[in-house]
Amino acid sequence: MTWIVFALLFWITMWILNVRLANAERNRITNWIVPALFGISLLVLWEGFVRGLDISPILLPTPSAIAIRFSTSIPILWVDFVQTFVKGALSGYVIGCSAAFLTAIAVDKSSFLKRGLLPVGNFVAALPIIGMAPILVMWFGFDWHSKSAVVVVMVFFPMLINTVAGLSAKDTIQNDLMQTYGASYWQSLFKLSLPAAMPFIFNGLKICTTLALIGAIVSEFFGSPTRGMGFRISTEVGRLSLDMVWAEITVAALAGSAFYGMMALIEKGITFWHPSQRS
Amino acid sequence: MNKFRFFWHKVGPVLTVLLVIIAIWYAATIWLNSSWAYDKAKRADTTISFSQMVSDTMIQDKPLLPAPHQVVKEIYKTTVLKKITSKRSLIWHGWITLSATLLGFAFGTTFGILLAIGIVYSRAMDMSVMPWVITSQTIPILAVAPMIIVVLNAVGISGLLPKAIISMYLSFFPVVVGMVKGLRSPDQMQIDQMRTWSASKISSFWKLRLPSSMPYLFASLKIGIAASLVGAIVGELPTGAVAGLGARLLAGSYYGQTIQIWSALICAAILAASLVAIIGIIEKHTLRRMGIQL
Repeated sequence: MTWIVFALLFWITMWILNVRLANAERNRITNWIVPALFGISLLVLWEGFVRGLDISPILLPTPSAIAIRFSTSIPILWVDFVQTFVKGALSGYVIGCSAAFLTAIAVDKSSFLKRGLLPVGNFVAALPIIGMAPILVMWFGFDWHSKSAVVVVMVFFPMLINTVAGLSAKDTIQNDLMQTYGASYWQSLFKLSLPAAMPFIFNGLKICTTLALIGAIVSEFFGSPTRGMGFRISTEVGRLSLDMVWAEITVAALAGSAFYGMMALIEKGITFWHPSQRS
Repeated sequence: MNKFRFFWHKVGPVLTVLLVIIAIWYAATIWLNSSWAYDKAKRADTTISFSQMVSDTMIQDKPLLPAPHQVVKEIYKTTVLKKITSKRSLIWHGWITLSATLLGFAFGTTFGILLAIGIVYSRAMDMSVMPWVITSQTIPILAVAPMIIVVLNAVGISGLLPKAIISMYLSFFPVVVGMVKGLRSPDQMQIDQMRTWSASKISSFWKLRLPSSMPYLFASLKIGIAASLVGAIVGELPTGAVAGLGARLLAGSYYGQTIQIWSALICAAILAASLVAIIGIIEKHTLRRMGIQL
């Protein structure tokens, strides 16, 4: 009981502190502290309730147990991370996004293709493509090649739609100006279309980071070598060692956030001129 | 005449692309299945001509890639020819997936709208919750699906609800993001106008903020329902292939029934497309009734 009371009290104090901080003048520090405090208070609430209500660790382990398990099994987690993220997700992400990018540039030249591919691409992007995973695992075998193939298929269409939309983002006036300069197709592509498309392209790249990770992990449920994050999650769930599963989820969350954050950072550097980046 | 040409301007390219995709599919069928056809001929100590090989690749039992007409035949067989209550009916499996999708979608939308209202009206919530909402989506939730299902099973909750929870997690995010944007979309002039009428916070919510958020809401609902279908399908994987489209996928991959996998996949695609289309129709009618041009 004391655990629950303590957790609730902690939560309330943190919330009051957060309300104070949020209503004070907004600056860089409070922008970081407020969400951080909220996250910490959530963890404390979780820990307190699990301990106070005596929830079995088989159902929901405490954050502290997960942290201990995380720190003691770093070698296994690292092997899984390399297998799933570096070999599966990253390679598929690079191949899929660059293929979509090149296709988009080719498609952009023809308005007929654009009118045909965009509705189809929009449709495919809404489909449960993850269902292709068993088929691709059958085609490419259990190792990372099949995972990478699933990722390629998953990221291709969202990336294609975003890039095509981006390439038509330039104004007619700007296009006319390029023509009065007598710019060739390639010159106007590199100096006008591509820079103007960058916000859209990065939007696609950011969406695809999560898709890539999901694709790589879920396709391991359909068969994998004896390492990998998806493999570990499904086998450890079977052995009911949920703290290991949560440690694996932590790795996935960290990797996903870092991947997304890196893309956002690169975006900030490249599209510094866009209104959404200035504020 | 003009209308006809307009129609072709829009539909022609799409049809062309679809035809090309089907042509590629057939070509890939021949290419991928040919080795099996040659193997079979070799073991029978016969040689087969190219045309024999091609016709064989179209009718294999467990092809690497089934031909489109095989998939269509399988779908026809398992939807029209089977009774709906039969466990072999794709409609029965589709309904199980659909019910989990809709339940999760309803949860997710409600939760998303409530969260968005909180975020718009409370500055503290905006600053503390919003970053975590965004972070929550960088976590590959689908990877956690098996654990959620197994844990909820252990507590005694099974069937529809665990799948719906995964659907909810996937569908609440677009709704939150869209609704926060939508509820903030009235400009300062409109808000000032409400103030000059001395409208209360509640009535300015119902009469200004909520109506002006509708276009944003519908855009997010379309993304959300597609996401919740994916959630429901993946949620069916770890239950051991009992029922639903996801179970069909898994069972098909266990037993090498490629035709079954593809027909479940196509059915999922049709389901996703119709759900998005239904929301699109509701959107069109609602926005037209509200006087917002689309």
